[in-house]
Amino acid sequence: MTDNSNTLGDGSRRDFLLVSTATLGVAGTALAVWPFIHSANPAKDVLALASTEVDLSAVEEGMAITVMWRGKPVFIRHRTPSDIQMAAEVELADMRDPQADADRVQKPEWLILVGVCTHLGCIPSGQKLGDSRGEFGGWFCPCHGSHYDTSGRIRKGPAPFNLPVPPYAFTDDTNIVIG
Amino acid sequence: MSKRQYNNRVMQWVEDRLPIISLMENSGVIYPTPKNLNYWWNYGSLAGVVMVIMILTGIFLAMNYQAHPTVAFDSVERIVRDVNYGWLLRYLHMNGASMFFLLVYIHMFRGMYYGSYKAPRELLWMIGVTIYLAMMATAFMGYVLPWGQMSFWGATVITNLFSAVPVVGTDIVTWMWGGFAVDFPTLNRFFAWHYLLPFILFALVFLHLWALHTHKSNNPLGIDAKTPQDMMPFHPFYTIKDLYGLGFFMIFYLYFVFFQPNFFGEVDNYIPANPMVTPPHIVPEWYFLPFYAMLRAVPDKLGGVIVMFAGVLILYVLPWLDTSKVRSARFRPVFKQMFWIFFLDCLVLGYVGAKSPDEMFMGIMTMTTLGQIATTYYFFHFIVLLPLLGKYETTKPLPNSIAEEVAKKYAQ
Ligand code: HEM
Ligand code: FES
Repeated sequence: MTDNSNTLGDGSRRDFLLVSTATLGVAGTALAVWPFIHSANPAKDVLALASTEVDLSAVEEGMAITVMWRGKPVFIRHRTPSDIQMAAEVELADMRDPQADADRVQKPEWLILVGVCTHLGCIPSGQKLGDSRGEFGGWFCPCHGSHYDTSGRIRKGPAPFNLPVPPYAFTDDTNIVIG
Repeated sequence: MSKRQYNNRVMQWVEDRLPIISLMENSGVIYPTPKNLNYWWNYGSLAGVVMVIMILTGIFLAMNYQAHPTVAFDSVERIVRDVNYGWLLRYLHMNGASMFFLLVYIHMFRGMYYGSYKAPRELLWMIGVTIYLAMMATAFMGYVLPWGQMSFWGATVITNLFSAVPVVGTDIVTWMWGGFAVDFPTLNRFFAWHYLLPFILFALVFLHLWALHTHKSNNPLGIDAKTPQDMMPFHPFYTIKDLYGLGFFMIFYLYFVFFQPNFFGEVDNYIPANPMVTPPHIVPEWYFLPFYAMLRAVPDKLGGVIVMFAGVLILYVLPWLDTSKVRSARFRPVFKQMFWIFFLDCLVLGYVGAKSPDEMFMGIMTMTTLGQIATTYYFFHFIVLLPLLGKYETTKPLPNSIAEEVAKKYAQ
């Protein structure tokens, strides 16, 4: 009964018990932490609100509207032929986040973007008529000076990426569903 | 420790069962304190008083505050207009945050000037830096609660800093928001954290004091206390000195509370949050400005974020960057000048943080350039100057003892 030292041959058994208990304990704790962490992720109701329908028929050429999608503004611009031409003609090699205009639109006259600056999340100006549109005719973010072009691509300033194109589909000629 | 006897029988009864009476006596009454502390040693206790005021006013604000985007702004306005003395609670809390930072900044610069972070007080200093981090998190989340334009856009910009993390950045931000933008889940959880963090901060302050009481206060000479003659009991000498300082501080603090309650604030925060419109100039609260300047000094997003965090975290290793054995700047002629240049550099960073990046500084350079120079110097001070000074600086001879110096001063 006094034999509880490790030197008497069954040391490996004690070590096994110690190591396996500790391993199981750590693994169990790690698993138990996950529900807490995941509870902070978007809940089901938040995810359920994730699509928005928009009627484009009233948006004339050269106009832009802003709609809400997942709590964020989505920019919809009815581009003019010169907007489209400017967006198509630039050298991709000059860009920070090179992407052809054709890959960013489904119909060239409708440019649909998440209107959140990819730098730190401000909303760029350029939707309203008198707004500053920056040096490339698209949008300008006043927070730290990012310039986006008529395809919403980053051309100058600290933002690393183009304004993202949200998933959307035309349900008919003038209606879209975002999300 | 020998058993202590108290005449009061209740005290004795408690003491026999839980030696808390002697603990309080040891740490607040007979606690030996260097004789020669100057007024720069008042700021720690002042910060403690403000912390208590923050927790008290905060708890009573929380009884009327509502953390939902539809009502948060109005609930704060209601506190100010309709709740009895609500204006007082809110303005004490709002200006208290600024005072807290002001006091802690002075407290930290004091530590740097007198080398209080050096052995054996490294851990004391590091706990202090952790308190500072907890303060920043608390204040940031508190500022979101009134749900004005600055609250909302400050929250958006700061949380978006984490999107700079490679690969998982966006997931982290979504996780922090609990959605796809700053919204109800964000506000609600920020309120929960804003309630919790101050109590963690309070616990950290206890650790800070425990570490302090282990090796006792540093002092303006920066030399170790050697004999009991170097020390005085904390009470009544420093209780009185701290109270005297508190009087002046309260006049200063309450001046803002009563006469300029919005002095430190931004007018835009009286416009309710609008997720569709970003205000033209987003500026953080004044106490974050130097770090905001660092963020903007680097043209790369991830780089800016790293530099900004490094600006705070470098304080953790300060005890090992400064290799000089002499603590106090009084005996380090070159360090003393470098200290003041560093102090000035921090002010410049704060100034740049408040300006828009393209603005010109005295017609010579843009604010961005000035910010880059000041940021570079900030790190140069820590990483290059301090280690080199420790090696090459000729320090002045140190006095023999605190008691001797004090006696000399009063003989004159
Ligand atoms: C470490 C101490 C604390 C700091 C530095 C701090 C900081 C702040 C700041 C900067 C604000 C925004 C003030 C404004 O613009 O209105 C705020 C608001 C608030 N804080 Fe705290 N706080 C602290 C402790 C607490 C505690 C313990 C509570 C308890 C629940 C609390 C509850 C609130 C509430 C309800 C508001 C919103 C009302 C308002 O905006 O005036 N705070 N806090
Ligand atoms: S958030 Fe747009 S430039 Fe920084």
